[in-house]
Amino acid sequence: ETFGLGRPALPEEIAAWDGDIRPDGTGLPKGSGDALIGEEIFAEQCAACHGDFAEGIGNWPKLAGGADTLDHDDPLKTVGSYWPYLTTAYDYIKRSMPYGNAGTLSDDEVYATLAYILYSNDLIPDDFILSDETLLDVEMPNAEGFIIDDRAETEYAQWSDAPCMEKCKSAVNITMRAMVLDVTPQEETSPEAEPEEAPLMVTAAFDPALAAEGEKVFRKCKACHQIGADAKNKSGPILTGVVGSPAGVVEGFSYSKPLIKVAESGLIWSEKELAAFLEKPRAYLKGTKMSFAGLRKEADQRAIIEYLKSYGN
Amino acid sequence: TPDPLITEIQPWAQGFGDGVDAVRYGLPIEYEGDVIRRNVEWLTADTISSINFTPIHALEGTITPQGCAFERHHSGAIDLRKEDYRLMINGLVDRPLVFNYADLERFPRENHVYFCECAANTGMEWAGAQLNGAQFTHGMIHNMEYTGVPLRILLEEAGLDTAGDLADKWVFVEGADASSNGRSIPMEKALDDVLVAFKANGEALRKEHGYPVRLVVPGWEGNMWVKWIRRIEVMDGPVESREETSKYTDTLEDGTSRKWTWAMDAKSVVTSPSPQAPVTHGTGPLVISGLAWSGRGAITRVDVSKDGGMSWETARLARPGERMALSRFYLDTHWDGSEMLLQSRAMDDTGYVQPTKAQLRAVRGLNSIYHNNCIQTWLLRANGEAENVEVS
Repeated sequence: ETFGLGRPALPEEIAAWDGDIRPDGTGLPKGSGDALIGEEIFAEQCAACHGDFAEGIGNWPKLAGGADTLDHDDPLKTVGSYWPYLTTAYDYIKRSMPYGNAGTLSDDEVYATLAYILYSNDLIPDDFILSDETLLDVEMPNAEGFIIDDRAETEYAQWSDAPCMEKCKSAVNITMRAMVLDVTPQEETSPEAEPEEAPLMVTAAFDPALAAEGEKVFRKCKACHQIGADAKNKSGPILTGVVGSPAGVVEGFSYSKPLIKVAESGLIWSEKELAAFLEKPRAYLKGTKMSFAGLRKEADQRAIIEYLKSYGN
Repeated sequence: TPDPLITEIQPWAQGFGDGVDAVRYGLPIEYEGDVIRRNVEWLTADTISSINFTPIHALEGTITPQGCAFERHHSGAIDLRKEDYRLMINGLVDRPLVFNYADLERFPRENHVYFCECAANTGMEWAGAQLNGAQFTHGMIHNMEYTGVPLRILLEEAGLDTAGDLADKWVFVEGADASSNGRSIPMEKALDDVLVAFKANGEALRKEHGYPVRLVVPGWEGNMWVKWIRRIEVMDGPVESREETSKYTDTLEDGTSRKWTWAMDAKSVVTSPSPQAPVTHGTGPLVISGLAWSGRGAITRVDVSKDGGMSWETARLARPGERMALSRFYLDTHWDGSEMLLQSRAMDDTGYVQPTKAQLRAVRGLNSIYHNNCIQTWLLRANGEAENVEVS
């Protein structure tokens, strides 16, 4: 007995949503790409978090390396060292990447990006054409590394005896204390006030306390940006002197096309423009290379701009 | 001396309080501002793909208020209106269907209280005592009363004759957010107790918990409770998605890894006293309060040790244990002011006894991340402060 609720799913609708790809290759779309093409896409779309060589930045996932580390302390689990099926990587990139811009890579671009990740793991040569025809030919080193949940046999039986209640051990010693590591987050002693006053365009005197706050916020940016006398371009440009400077002028940095366009039309990084950019980078400048999600709090924007101001030219 | 709070007329006893409608939807009174979710920033790269923790050290009973129930997102909590919500059922079904939100409210619905625990809860403690507070060590859990439609009813609406023998069939479920967080679930579980839920604790789900509709997979790891669920595909095998291969798998000492470790084993923790909930009243009567749960059934018994596991006393369950739901336990005791090493040990109706960290490590080694259900130890000092420690 059915309720007669809902309506038929149309073939176009199923095609739009049903993109999962199975370990046997079912669902792989037609297409191809190699590591050379993939390297460019990777640099543009992925490197801000995953590093130029898929080695990862900060806490962002490392996609390459870790071969033969799974039985060591702190194994490094990457696409190369850990993932059992390459179809999983295709499925995931197509479905969820690039981070913050999911589902925008074409099928060929996904093959190329994946080829670059495999190349970075030394699993294919740079001229290997990864395609729906060849994807299953790539041998995944950890393909045989998984067993199905065996807790019923290895754990449940031995942990089901009537538990001891008295004289269960003769002595107890403390062997480790959390206080020694001291990694528990501490509450801010003075809760961060969020000043509503002082709109951004009012030119105020430089505020060292605010700049110090901004230095903390700048930690979010450090993976990609350097600032100061010895700063170098990383996946983002040097930020020394950026406040009040024209956009797109850092030498040796390869800007995105949309940024070059707004720079040519005369964009100046005023405090107001910077704040708008920082709030929602991808909304402010569609196609920007900056993969940062944004600083929602106006107090954070103000603080970081004050910090940037402390590194004038 | 007489207490002026009693002998003198206090302002609240003389004048007026707030009228009705002063707050149309209330938050806790300001004096409870400490009872909030907390994040551990160094754990993840970005709050968009991260987790925070329920303040279990400060809650009582078993129901978690939605406003402080932990959040876990892979691509941020999205804003999805009921009007824009669609749920597709496709794959090996007789009639691929699309439901809107209003359709779901016309199917027979059920109410159940279930806990949702992230597989990584207590994961930071594998290598040793690390985070100083029950919120941080055990707070990736919440427990709510869900209202929803059994997934079985929706699958039957789409018709399962096409699928043939259901014993080896699966459903693949995915969310509407950018991460989509796809997971494969065996058909046996899908037809058993999985709910397509749209209310929690009597009101709409919160945005951060999947508004308007999420999956509820009782007793199984939280990652499978797909939020903003948009599609359910009946399949003849698992997808082996990223979240069930590269993540949410458990690497053993020899380098092989367990997969499909879905059930959350029996576990418990003393929530008070604990590092964030020290004893401030000195010696005398002391209520030791804690939580216990099992993803494989109901809690039947909890024991508490004050001496690091040398001896145990059986605690009092506030109510008989319920399947796949939190149980509250109490040990009503007398504290003489001496140092205690507090532990709790849960048992469920399968006969399983919560293991020690040493027992877990003997089987799994040190490299696991998920499914750490070890016995937790708090050192309670003479001054009433507590610390997360590990004992021999």
